[in-house]
Amino acid sequence: MTFHVNHPILFILAGVIIAAVLGQSIYFLVKALKRSRQLGMDQTKIKKTIKTAAIFTIAPAVSIVISVITLSKDLGLALPWLRLSVVGSLSYEAIAASNALGAMDLELGKVSNLTAQQFVNITLVMTISIMVGIWLVPVISKKLLGGMSKLEAKDKKWSEIFQNAMFIGMIAAFLGFVFCNVYMLWTPDARFIDSVNAVTGDKIQVPVAATYGLIPVCVMGVSAAVMVVLGLAMKKWKWLGDYALPISLIAGMASAIPITAWLG
Amino acid sequence: MKKQMSYIDSVHRDGRLWNIGMMILLFMFPITVAVMFTASPDWGALVKGLIATAPMYWAVGIVETITFVPMLGAGGSYLSFVTGNISNLKMPCAINALEQNEVSASSEEGEIISTIAIATSSIVTTIIILLGVICIVPLTPVLEAPVLEPAFAQMLPALFGGLGVAFVSKNWKIAIAPVVLMLVLFIFIPALDSSTVGIMVPVSVLFTIAAARILYKRGVV
Repeated sequence: MTFHVNHPILFILAGVIIAAVLGQSIYFLVKALKRSRQLGMDQTKIKKTIKTAAIFTIAPAVSIVISVITLSKDLGLALPWLRLSVVGSLSYEAIAASNALGAMDLELGKVSNLTAQQFVNITLVMTISIMVGIWLVPVISKKLLGGMSKLEAKDKKWSEIFQNAMFIGMIAAFLGFVFCNVYMLWTPDARFIDSVNAVTGDKIQVPVAATYGLIPVCVMGVSAAVMVVLGLAMKKWKWLGDYALPISLIAGMASAIPITAWLG
Repeated sequence: MKKQMSYIDSVHRDGRLWNIGMMILLFMFPITVAVMFTASPDWGALVKGLIATAPMYWAVGIVETITFVPMLGAGGSYLSFVTGNISNLKMPCAINALEQNEVSASSEEGEIISTIAIATSSIVTTIIILLGVICIVPLTPVLEAPVLEPAFAQMLPALFGGLGVAFVSKNWKIAIAPVVLMLVLFIFIPALDSSTVGIMVPVSVLFTIAAARILYKRGVV
């Protein structure tokens, strides 16, 4: 059998694994829904939760499709489809693929025909490197979550603050990240971003405006402002609450188009 | 009489089985390719590639697991660490659902809500990626259109703007110190960028918990 990166067998193998992932999600969804009925939880609220989660997921999922397209140029379609449906993300998989190829004196972005051996090497580096969570969760989650329950039994108020502090800590890190290129304003030497030459595939540095680092800050501002307006509007139209996060996300993303043209 | 297993215990039992099964399945992919195309790995290059990649990913993976499990709950964790895209998709989805339902993440209701949100998100993601793969030929020029590129490049700021307002405004006393610290660090240390934000999440979480503890002890929150 002659190997190529889009061989039908690769799609069948990826399809089987992705079907299993889908099976796991459906299994846990059904299990949680059953339990919610046993506990007498408000089923209208549960339906709203499902609807909001589904709508909110669309835009990020489309951006994952773009990542699949990006990686498929070098690795074929089956492997990125598998890796981004399971575990991975664009940056993780691209770095893993790049390191695996680099070890064979090849360069990501400049590979035309991968051999089966090179393909196996890339897949193994991706699989072994990005696997920790899958086995570590079964090992530690019961103990960790047990500790959280003990904390709640001991001091309910502190336990609630602790939970909120964790969420805020995570959000704060991402808010900081939004400002990570602001220093370009006062650092002329840093006003370059990495890019790829569309014709040669070479890595190049593209000059950008001093205000480039303000683009994400403005986008975040738009999204936050939309959320504030929706928060106020929710007092009159309660149903808006179900769509507040997806709407602010889409509004922020849409605003990035004129903002980038203006500040980029 | 046999003691009946609690819901949460059964989630852990099933989660362990599923995750171990998924691990085996994931390894079957390269192994099957190697066997079917009679191509054994280039062992030297494999070791070299792994040395360049695995230690950092393992370190980040361990810290991420410890940080995210208490926020995602049991069912949410088993699912999220299999389906990936945690901080940019599953976690915001779970946080939003918990907020919407006004339940604590550590309660059984919170566990159920977070599992439902994450499972739904995983299912929708898998279906959208599948549709994207099937329609890749007509979709590629649309999704890669230069006009749309900035929109997808700025997804994280658009996401955390909305989420930040919703969550920070309700907990602003706890939020001041970590938000200020992260802004100062990310603005004045150029080395901190998109590749290091994953490492900064646990740093920020630990700092926020410590700051919140001080505020709690002083009766501010």
